[in-house]
Formats: sequence, C-alpha cells, structure tokens
Amino acid sequence: MLDYESLKLIWWLLVGVLLVGFAIMDGHDMGVGTLLPFVGKDDTERRVVINTVGPHWDGNQVWFITGGGAIFAAWPLVYATAFSGFYWAMLAVLWALFFRPVGFDYRSKISKPTWRKTWDWGLFVGGAVPPLIFGVAFGNLFQGVPFSFDDHLVSTYSGSFWALLNPFALLCGVVSTAMITFHGAIYLVHRTQGEIQWRALRAAGFFGGLMVLSFVAAGVWLWMGIPGYVIQSAVEGGALPNPLAKTVVREAGAWFANYRIYPATLLLPAFGIVGVFAAQALARSGRSMAAFWASALAIVGVIGTAGAALFPFIMPSSLDPRASLTVWDSVSSQLTLSIMLWATLIFMPIIILYTSWAYRVMGGKVTAAYVRENSHSAY
Amino acid sequence: MVSEQLVDLSRLQFAATALYHFLFVPLTIGMVWMLVIMESVYVMTGKPLYKDMTRFWGKLFGINFALGVTTGITLEFQFGTNWAYYSHYVGDIFGAPLAIEGLMAFFLESTMIGLFFFGWDRLSRRQHLLVTVLMAVGTNLSALWILIANGWMQNPVGAEFSYVTMRMEMTDFWAVVFNPDAQAKFVHTVSAGYVTGAMFVLSISSWYLLRRRDVEFAKRSFGIAAAFGFASVCSVIVLGDESGYTVGEAQQTKLAAMEAMWETEPAPAPFNLIAIPNEAEMKNDFAIEIPWVMGIIGTRSLDKQIPGIKEIKARNRERIVSGIEAVTALDALRRDQNDAAARRGFEAHKADLGFGLLLKKYVSHFDQLTPEIIEKAVNDTVPRVAPMFWSFRLMVALGFAMLLLFGLALWHSVKGDFADKPWLLRAALYSLPMPWIACEVGWFVAEYGRQPWTIYGVLPTHLSVSTLSVESLYGSLAGFVGFYTVLLVVEMYLMIKFAKQGPGSLGTGRYANEAHA
Repeated sequence: MLDYESLKLIWWLLVGVLLVGFAIMDGHDMGVGTLLPFVGKDDTERRVVINTVGPHWDGNQVWFITGGGAIFAAWPLVYATAFSGFYWAMLAVLWALFFRPVGFDYRSKISKPTWRKTWDWGLFVGGAVPPLIFGVAFGNLFQGVPFSFDDHLVSTYSGSFWALLNPFALLCGVVSTAMITFHGAIYLVHRTQGEIQWRALRAAGFFGGLMVLSFVAAGVWLWMGIPGYVIQSAVEGGALPNPLAKTVVREAGAWFANYRIYPATLLLPAFGIVGVFAAQALARSGRSMAAFWASALAIVGVIGTAGAALFPFIMPSSLDPRASLTVWDSVSSQLTLSIMLWATLIFMPIIILYTSWAYRVMGGKVTAAYVRENSHSAY
Repeated sequence: MVSEQLVDLSRLQFAATALYHFLFVPLTIGMVWMLVIMESVYVMTGKPLYKDMTRFWGKLFGINFALGVTTGITLEFQFGTNWAYYSHYVGDIFGAPLAIEGLMAFFLESTMIGLFFFGWDRLSRRQHLLVTVLMAVGTNLSALWILIANGWMQNPVGAEFSYVTMRMEMTDFWAVVFNPDAQAKFVHTVSAGYVTGAMFVLSISSWYLLRRRDVEFAKRSFGIAAAFGFASVCSVIVLGDESGYTVGEAQQTKLAAMEAMWETEPAPAPFNLIAIPNEAEMKNDFAIEIPWVMGIIGTRSLDKQIPGIKEIKARNRERIVSGIEAVTALDALRRDQNDAAARRGFEAHKADLGFGLLLKKYVSHFDQLTPEIIEKAVNDTVPRVAPMFWSFRLMVALGFAMLLLFGLALWHSVKGDFADKPWLLRAALYSLPMPWIACEVGWFVAEYGRQPWTIYGVLPTHLSVSTLSVESLYGSLAGFVGFYTVLLVVEMYLMIKFAKQGPGSLGTGRYANEAHA
C-alpha cells in the first residue's frame, strides 16, 4: 500500500481526472444540448443534431455519477459539506439533468411539433444549466464558502442560494458554460455537414471567443480583488485527517502562490487559451477530429488552472477558515483510498476502451438521410 | 438538536425518491435478460421474428430505462445533499461500493445500451448479442454493488469507529463485499426484478392473444416469459431474504417485528399466519399460529431460538446504558485526545456507541437524562410492528400468487394450449401490477424495518441528516414529487401507447397496426 500522503495527492489528481473526463465526455453532449434549438432549424435538422450524441449521452453521463461516487468515497467530508451547503444549486443541477434522459428518449417517439419543441428546450436546459452552476460553484470556492463544523464534525452552512450568485461566481459560470458549449460546437462540426456544420462552426467562433475573454477576465479579477487562503500551521501530509487541527489565514494574491512556486503550472492557463484557438483553426481547416482533442486540451487547461490555484484547498471556509477542507484533511482512510485507486486503475482503461469502440462503431457524419431511414428507431 | 420535523421530511424525501426509482429498476433488471434470451434465439435460429421481439420489447425497455436513469441520478447525490452527517460518518465505507458501481457496472450498462439501440445495422449479429449480454451483466453488477452498500447499512461489517477522524473507517474491504446480508439481498432483489420483467412481457403478450393479433409474436413472447418467470419466482421465494435472517441483529429485530413475535418462543417457533398486534401492551390480541414454521424458516434448524421483541428490547436497554459511557468518553476525547482515562472508558464501551447516540434524539447533554428518556430510546429500537407485519404478509401473498400464475402459465405453455385459455390470459393481464407492489412493499419492509438506524447499531437516523431548514425540505420534496409525477405520467402514456400499438411500431411491415413513417 502506498503511503498516506502520496495517496492523498494521487486522489487529488484522480478527482481532477474524473472532473476533466466528465467535462470532456458529458460536456460535449451538454454543449450539443445547449446549441440544439439554435443550430437545428427544423425537426429533421434537430434530429440530426440529437443523433450525433444519441448512442453516447447515457454512457457519458456516468462520468457525472461516477465523479459523485468517487468524491463520496475519497473525500466524504467534501461530498457531505459541499452538496448539503450548495443544496438548491445541487438540486437545480439534478432537476436540469432530469430533462436529458427523457428528452433524448421520448422526444421523437411522438410527432406532434409542440411535444418535440418542448423536449428540445428541455435538452437545452439539461445542457446549459449544469455547467453554469458548476462554474458558479467554482467561483464560490475561490471566495470561500460560509460553513463551519461543531466538535463532532456536523457541518452547518450559513449562506443562501442567492449569495452564491455573486458577480465573480457568475463570471466563472460564464467561463464554464462557454467552455462546454464551445466543446459541443466543435463536436458538432466533427459529426455533421452542410448547414448545421456551418452554424456549429459559427457557434464555435463565438463561444470560443467568449470563453477566452471570460477566462482571462476571471484571472485578472482573481489577481486584483480576491484574497486567497493559506495554511499557516505545519502540514503533516500523512496525519489522520482532522479539518479542525490547522490554522488558516486569508492573504492577497495567495491563489497565485502555486504558480510562483511551480512555474510549470503556468502551462495550464496557456493550454486553456491555446487549445481554443487551435481547435477553431483545426475545425475551420476540416480537421475536426484534431479540433475535438484541442478543445479537450482547453478543458484540461481551464479546470487544471482552477485546481492548481486552489491546491491544497478544496473548499475554503469563509466563516471559520481553519475548518477549510483541503486535500490533506477531508479524505478517506488510507485503506479506502488505496482500494479505490486500484478500482480506478483497473476499470478506467477498460471504460476508455469500450467507450472508444462505441464511438468507432457509431462514427461518421450523421445526415438527414440517416434520420429518415431510421425514423422508427433513431432519436 | 436536530428537529424531528427535519428528520421526518428528510426520510420522506428519501423514501419518495427511492420508491419512484424502484418503479423502474426491477423492470430493467428483468427485461434485460429477457432481451438476451430473445436475441440469443435470434442469433441461433436466424428467425427475424426473434429479432423483432428483441427490438419491440427493447423499445418498451428503453422507455422504462430513461426514467430509471432520471430517478437514479438523484440517489447518487442525495446522501450528500440531505444526509450530510451520514455521508461524513460512513462515507469511508459506503462511498466505495457506490463509486465502484459506477466504474465497473454503470459505465458498461450505459455505454452498451446506446449500441443496443443504435448498433443493429453496424454490428454483426454476434457482436450485437455480445452488446446485449454486456448490458445485462452491467445492469446486474450495478444491482450487486448497490446492494453491497445497502447490505452494509443492515449489517455493518469490516469497519471500526475512529475518534480522531470522528467516523467509521473501513478495516476489511472483502468483509464488506462478501457481507452475507448483501449477498442474500442481491439474490432476492434481482430475482424480484426478473419476475417483474417476466410479468411485464407475459401480461402484454396475453393482451395481444386476447385480441387475437400478432399471435405468433405474442405466443413466443408468452412462452419465454412463462419459463423465465417461473424460474425467477421460485428463486425469489426459495433463495429469498430469509437466508439473511440468521445473520446480524438488524435482521433479528426486523424478523421479530414483521412476525409480531413479542416473546422468545421455545424453538422451533410458530409462525403467525394472521395476527392483530397490540403495540401498547406488547402482545397479539388475536393470532392464528402454525407451529414450527417460523423457527424452520428463520434459522433453518429445529433447535435455534429466535429472540422476541421483549428480549431484544431488554438487550438494547443494556447497550444504551453502556452507550452513555461511550458517548461521554468520546466527548472527553474530542476535547483532549490524550485523556487516558477517557480512552480506556471509550475502548470498553465503544461497541455500544451507536446505542448511546440514540439518546441524542431527546437530549443534547447527558446530564439531562432521565429513566423515562432511556425507556423511550429503548422503545425506539424496534420498529412499529403493525406496518411491518402487514406489509411483509402482503409481499409474501403476492409472491405465492405469482408462483401460481407462472406455474399455470408454464404448464399450459408446455402443453401449448395457453392461447386458447382466455381465463389464464386474463389472469396474466390483470396480474401486471403485482410484482411492482411486491417490490415496493419489500423495500418498505427492509428499510422501515431498519429504523431507528441508518446504519444498524452504529448511526441513528436522527443524527444522519443535513442541517437544512424545514422550508428547504418542503420545497425540495414538493419539487421532486411534482417533477417525478409529471415524468411518470408521460412515461405511462408512452408505454401504453407503444404497448397498444405492438410490434407494428417497429415499421417492419410484418405486423398489425403498422406505424406510418
């Protein structure tokens, strides 16, 4: 068994990998959902758009489910504190996601236009709301979240849902929604042709630009106006987790400390920006597969940028800074982390293998002819 | 202190969302194997009828599956949103099977289901069959890991409390996986799902036969459902939850409550066929007993005793008294981890810590304790008898009714004359709701029977909730119930529409009620 400290670090990376996996995989079909009412002008076009992700959205959504399970298993205190604190935000995500399975599966089973249009907007909500809220949640992590623990580690959250919607957090929401929509647009360029492809390309132009602008703006705002958190007491990485055993202070510029100490991490924000431009250029020149990977790289960059800035914090507490949750003190036991590491190492490659197979089997452009020929079985 | 209203609402929300979810899950678990059987026959014989069967029943399966996924998302996150202290306290053990379920099972199931629906023209016959089989394996593995998690709530093995981290921590992963409670539950629950799948196909096929349309299609479907259903219903009954009753105190308590067994009877104990339980006086006002049966079912022996409710409560009273010591010592240790006297006291009583925590429902500081409060906590340790007693009997009665139905269906299916037996077809049609009622009631027996604990003997339900406002709970409960009800209506509408239209909805040109493009 690996030593506790290394396991804690590995799990920080693994949660990051799962989050990035979620954003790349579920992200592209959410982006497609967001764009659906705009890039598909009539019913056939919309069915083409939906069927680009038809066989895959369900598998992709498991990244979200597994991400939730992994946070439960590896960071139980984060799972407990974050999801109960962000109660209404979490419910909004869940309720938005409700529209997806039924939207995909039920939409084309009845041909009434109002029925289909209703589900189209349902898929829009299911695609646009979750990334918006995840972005808002990240924005709040940087500012600290008002929660505290009692002696028995019962957490109490003292904020409100509306307080989450502050300007900086909303800006982060724009970054994340633009990123996911951009990614979906690039995916559509890859899987469609003609008019729809052209509209997707335009959407990629707009959302890519918005993503870079808002990402840079959020960085500047963070630099100028949002003090970070610093652990003042000595950190013992291998110690049994107890989030109340440390002292934490707020300090201007602290969210940039890791970038000063490890300059290589500056590559992450660079990926976030270069990935977007590369994806746009590749998509325009017809190399849409490569464009998809460039866009995925941008996602790695943006999420990595946030993670590297926050490290070792996961969820700082603005109410009682010493109760802040960090990678050192909100984790599971050494045994559980170790078992979960093995489970991930064994199953993740298998998952990637059969997911790739599924995309290969269903690959190629989705066309209006395909939808017509399969009108009884396609979405 | 946590308000009782908050606890009740949190429980109600969990119950509502889990029961909704469980309307869809058993059908998925069962139908998926029926699809494997139908497609296997197709691959072996090459007859297009079996391909159409796979596709048509698959279509209905898909309508059901969509809501299974929708309602399932909630459950992965609701522990965090509404049961925060539970999540912290046992996440070290409970989170692992949930995460492994995602990695090992749900990914597989969800990826393959896409290929199942859209891959017919892109995969060879054998490849497509492989996809269907993997989808079935994924579905069932998913049930396995969820029930490992649930089994641990009933019988928390392989874990220990740590006062430093203030939570339960895993000590033996394989003990959690091979928890006999979990294994018994797995067999019982998936078999119940198989029965549900079989009943679904049997009933709808019977309806086609009664209307004399798509006869060949319906006959083949009926035959497969009859055989699969009969085997499954035998498995539910014979390998039922009973095998789990000898392990763990939670099951003993449940057993005593659902049998309305107040006294410890000399072995082998009699079975109360019918009784009128009197909670206040702890006796049955009236009972029809069948000698020996309970002892044999419950212990698989003639000489092992089954403890009655009074004995269980007496044992729990001692554990609560000892638990007071454990909680007091824990409080001292949380203030100063080097307090040697407190550590000794804690080590001596820590097995009863959970029982001490039961008192936190009534007092936040133990200097306010009175004998009446302790008595209240003792009474809490056994769930209310009447709801347990009657729901268990309803479940069992439905099980035997289905055994009879599938027995007759199989008998006439072997004889080949079921299509000319309108009484049998009608019975099959009207029996459609039975497995769903049995599944929901079974869930109730298992989970209501675990009260007052979320983790038996370890963590009281009362302490498990998130510290949310009661208003938030009213809002979210209304939201869930409203949202789910609308979706359920939509689902039922589509299900009935396509079931009525029948295999003609595939647009192959071979059936009645052909769909027009």
